[in-house]
Amino acid sequence: MDCSHVFEFKVNRLIVVFTLFLAFFFVTPVLYAQEDTSKTTEAAHAEPEAEKKFNLGKFALHHIADSHSWHVIGDYYIGLPVMLYTQSGLVAFNSSDFHQDDEAELVVEKGGERFVKMHEKIYYASEKANEHGQYVEVDEAHHVKNKRPLDFSMTKNVCTLLLSIIVILAVFLKVANGYKVRKGKSPKGLQSWLEPIILFVRDDIAKPNLGHKYERFMPYLLTVFFFIWFNNMIGLVPFLPGGANLTGNIAVTVVLASITFIMVVANGNKYYWGHIFTPDVPWWLYIVLVPVEIIGIFTKPIALAIRLFANISAGHILVLALIGLIFVFNSYLVSFVSVPFALFIYGIELLVAFIQAFIFTILSALFIGMAIEEHH
Amino acid sequence: MITGSIAAIGAGLAAIGAGMGIGKIGSSAMEGIARQPEAASKIQTAMLIAAAFVEAVALFAVVVALV
Repeated sequence: MDCSHVFEFKVNRLIVVFTLFLAFFFVTPVLYAQEDTSKTTEAAHAEPEAEKKFNLGKFALHHIADSHSWHVIGDYYIGLPVMLYTQSGLVAFNSSDFHQDDEAELVVEKGGERFVKMHEKIYYASEKANEHGQYVEVDEAHHVKNKRPLDFSMTKNVCTLLLSIIVILAVFLKVANGYKVRKGKSPKGLQSWLEPIILFVRDDIAKPNLGHKYERFMPYLLTVFFFIWFNNMIGLVPFLPGGANLTGNIAVTVVLASITFIMVVANGNKYYWGHIFTPDVPWWLYIVLVPVEIIGIFTKPIALAIRLFANISAGHILVLALIGLIFVFNSYLVSFVSVPFALFIYGIELLVAFIQAFIFTILSALFIGMAIEEHH
Repeated sequence: MITGSIAAIGAGLAAIGAGMGIGKIGSSAMEGIARQPEAASKIQTAMLIAAAFVEAVALFAVVVALV
């Protein structure tokens, strides 16, 4: 499919701004990366014993977590902006200043404060290094005791979020424009690809659950459906523009579920609240039933958030674990089993990406539908 | 050498439970579709929602096991 026409559109201004913004951070880090290569090879020669042990759990969890830099290939990383609100005000610098140090061994001095990065968290550095050469104080349970500044950094997930917003805007403004240009005619191109899916959301999700008042909630349902679906798909792309696992981040899913929660609470009518506070049972059952119903208001969105987060994270961990098996057994032969199996899981993940978007949307519609239902 | 934790056993038990649950949902949905092929699309939607609820419980267990 020829997609070039997508970008010849109003949104191209947005795209240019975003690209320039990223490009600003592109230039320096590549230079840093080249310097780094020599350093890391020296380090690898110095301690080959430590490098050999491959920890599958650590590897998988590291890859699904958010990060301050964006891995390109090999030793190349894109440094993303770090923005910290410290005791002495706002401090901003490029994350490539840490030189991919993630063990608090390198201190960065900016804005009169000293910072170290350990396991993708930024701490105020200690005065002196401990016995492992780390500028942090660690207690017996390996928890860092140093204080942390408030971290407002543009991480990998934030960049992917902006990218997906641009992709979704580009696609949907194009489609919406198609309906204006070809009014009353048959759809064309992107429009004819998306129209059945939009109709699916309307006819199979909104109408059965929301009844005749469905039109008010269509914008929200369509937005949440396509946002989750597109982000699930972008998360499945293993190389640069993707690979950020946005919908597998609990913060993102909690925000999405909170919006559904607010929609339910704001649209709940007197019958809905009546069912919760004065259910149709003998009065002495209120002691049990009313607390249960009140907890129920909150568990629904919490389950919604954890379901999406856990499904997407589990899928990513599964693929990483299968690929990781090659390194656990340290043999090429394992790849004949694990690569086809990982590909199979990838195929299933494409299905799960759609199903989870569908489940989130239909349950949101169901909960809103319960809140706006008229008494019969 | 066996390494690991009790949490892994818990995750395994949750997987067994969810497997049984989803198996039951799938078999009932198939029976339903075989009896009434014209209701297939409605049954599929209801099946997916029920399966999502069962799966969510298993995934809660996995999250707890990981943490």
